[in-house]
Amino acid sequence: MAVSAFFSRLKSGLSRSAAKLTGNIAAVFTKRKLDDEALEELEEQLIAADLGPAVAARIIKSFRSTRFGKEVTVEEIRETLGAEIGKILAPVTTPLEIDRAHKPYVILMTGVNGAGKTTTIGKLAARYRQAGLSCMLAAGDTFRAAAVEQLQVWGVRAGAEVVTAPANTDPASLAHDALSRAQKAGVDVLLIDTAGRLHNKTALMEELRKILRVIRKLDPTAPHATLLTLDATTGQNAVTQVGIFKEMVELSGLIVTKLDGSARGGIVVALAEKYGLPIHAVGTGEQIDDLREFDADEFGKALVGE
Amino acid sequence: MFDTLSGKFSDIFDRLRRRGALSEADVNEALREIRLALLDADVALPVVKEFVATVKEKAVGAEVLRSVSPGQMVVKIVNDALVEALGGAPVPLNLLAPSPIPFLMVGLQGSGKTTTSAKIALRLKTRERKKVLLASLDTQRPAAQLQLEQLAQKAEVASLPIIAGQTPLQIAQRAMETARREVYDVVILDTAGRLSIDLALMEEVKAVRAAVNPVETLLVVDAMTGQDAVTTATAFNEAVQITGIVMTRLDGDARGGAALSMRSVTGAPVKLAGMGEKLDALDEFNPERIAGRILGMGDIVGLVERAAANIDQQEAEKLAKKMAKGKFDLEDYAAQIKQISKMGSLSGILGMLPGVGKIKQQIENANLDQTVFKRHIAIICSMTPAERRNPDILKASRKKRIAAGSGTSVPEVNKLLKQFDDMSTMMKRMNKMGGAEAMMRQMQAALGGAKGGRRPF
Repeated sequence: MAVSAFFSRLKSGLSRSAAKLTGNIAAVFTKRKLDDEALEELEEQLIAADLGPAVAARIIKSFRSTRFGKEVTVEEIRETLGAEIGKILAPVTTPLEIDRAHKPYVILMTGVNGAGKTTTIGKLAARYRQAGLSCMLAAGDTFRAAAVEQLQVWGVRAGAEVVTAPANTDPASLAHDALSRAQKAGVDVLLIDTAGRLHNKTALMEELRKILRVIRKLDPTAPHATLLTLDATTGQNAVTQVGIFKEMVELSGLIVTKLDGSARGGIVVALAEKYGLPIHAVGTGEQIDDLREFDADEFGKALVGE
Repeated sequence: MFDTLSGKFSDIFDRLRRRGALSEADVNEALREIRLALLDADVALPVVKEFVATVKEKAVGAEVLRSVSPGQMVVKIVNDALVEALGGAPVPLNLLAPSPIPFLMVGLQGSGKTTTSAKIALRLKTRERKKVLLASLDTQRPAAQLQLEQLAQKAEVASLPIIAGQTPLQIAQRAMETARREVYDVVILDTAGRLSIDLALMEEVKAVRAAVNPVETLLVVDAMTGQDAVTTATAFNEAVQITGIVMTRLDGDARGGAALSMRSVTGAPVKLAGMGEKLDALDEFNPERIAGRILGMGDIVGLVERAAANIDQQEAEKLAKKMAKGKFDLEDYAAQIKQISKMGSLSGILGMLPGVGKIKQQIENANLDQTVFKRHIAIICSMTPAERRNPDILKASRKKRIAAGSGTSVPEVNKLLKQFDDMSTMMKRMNKMGGAEAMMRQMQAALGGAKGGRRPF
């Protein structure tokens, strides 16, 4: 994958989102003394990027200790703040490696409604196919209208077989069926789609746990990755959301979607601090190749507005 | 749905309530915390600033500082500002136009446009007896048109036959032609999700808007949306002039600050609230109720609204707790009388309490007036603290002393004691019936929830 193309693309997306933030920072700090008022304004800019008031306050506090009272330029601010955010994100920057020891390597995709689970599965399948792995998709969203058809389109695009079941089938039984077929066919990667569910719906979260239990009957080590797709426009509720999914289905990582929009996705900083879950990839568009590695430094700098 | 935010506000106001007079510094402190709570609730920063400024302007000043219970005044001001920012009274969908009435649904990817389109169709069909045509203009997302068709079947509403290869504009025009020909009342045009910065797709939806001239252009927004709400709402409003907002996933536990943000940057009312995945899970968005839920302090707001109220909430709650424990003594009775004389009649207050019918009748028969209260206070003041806490020790000689001290008579002292005894018995009985917590809840409801001209206490 062309790394530079990725950066320029991510940057163009992120810089759009950061344009306002940058403009504001520039307005505040052409060259000025870093006093309380200036720091407060800076803190507000971070809040406006969805970092949340607590995280923003902490970052500013650490920034204050090193720079307070000094004359600073916009460049310095970007550099230091960007690095500060990058530092928080660095430990969670982990690409998703497919462990070939597992055949199939089972990925369970979860998330709230409309986060981009199906689209992300399509993109992941395409990526693995390009890497020479065979893929099978399980249309585990047996609830939402036309969710199966949507995944089937992605299956065709990515060149992966799609296992389906009639509407309202128990998703656990579909997942079981798909895993046993994938095992027989010797497929490398099985991606299981699930219906979107709000984390406060206990019954639906239990349904997800059942999928785990059932596929473990066929492979006690499965799923090898349980991912949550997180919409970059999500605000502070993401903290609760990720927390509950993590607890209920043993999340192993996150994929942040819709980062090509105006939302800055600053909530991932709070998530990284609180849960330390790896961010495996970011979604930057509706096309099949719009899925990129997450890069902490770039993200941090883009967030502050490089 | 707004429980978490309500919790925050409750904390803040609990602290406020515990204080006596509210200084300007107190207002500032409260507002700092309100600001944080709002930011945690995903209200966008510029909106938070405006909101806090509005509240501060109203809170710091004579109106509050002169008030007997400033904390309550601040609650009321915050509540009013919230209601105002959320749009005041609920606004229904606009159906005042010649048929077919076009509705245009817009929003980001995954905000819930398609499901909401079907929900609105079902709502118009069942509640307004409208003949609705659903049409999907989403040629971007795989199987989106199929999704709307399946939802239409579920809702038993017509959907425009899918013709592959048509552009969104062509589909919109075909939908309107079909609706005119087949005499539909409302046409709901579901569009593809688009990012506010996607200029090409924004141009496309602008063209659709220009072609069909929708009566309602509804922006569908996920309740979990963060600070970006402002950018999205502004961009869509500039492009297609939003007439209303639909908040989806309000059945989640997101605090829903985006409602406040979107409403205040677009000026468009939040009209509907998505409350679940079922097609009938669509409610009218009620700003008053939502603001009340955000604050979690509807009772106090109600009290302040019925301006007669100078009730000291702190006292009232202490009292309620004592009553719940059955530890209501003459000291408390005196405190209560003092409050009552500020508020109105005792029978009015007792009428609010559950299971007080009997005693209320007695009090009314006794023809109580304010002078009775004064005499009761005089009697209680003539007792020693020990006597007030434990009226059982009152025998003839003590009663004589008290009657003399208060300028009343022994029968009058006896009457007071009898009345107090009835009250205590009744409270103990209530306590057994409901338990302390249930009792407290009932008290709270009775204190603040009074409706329809009844006095608040």
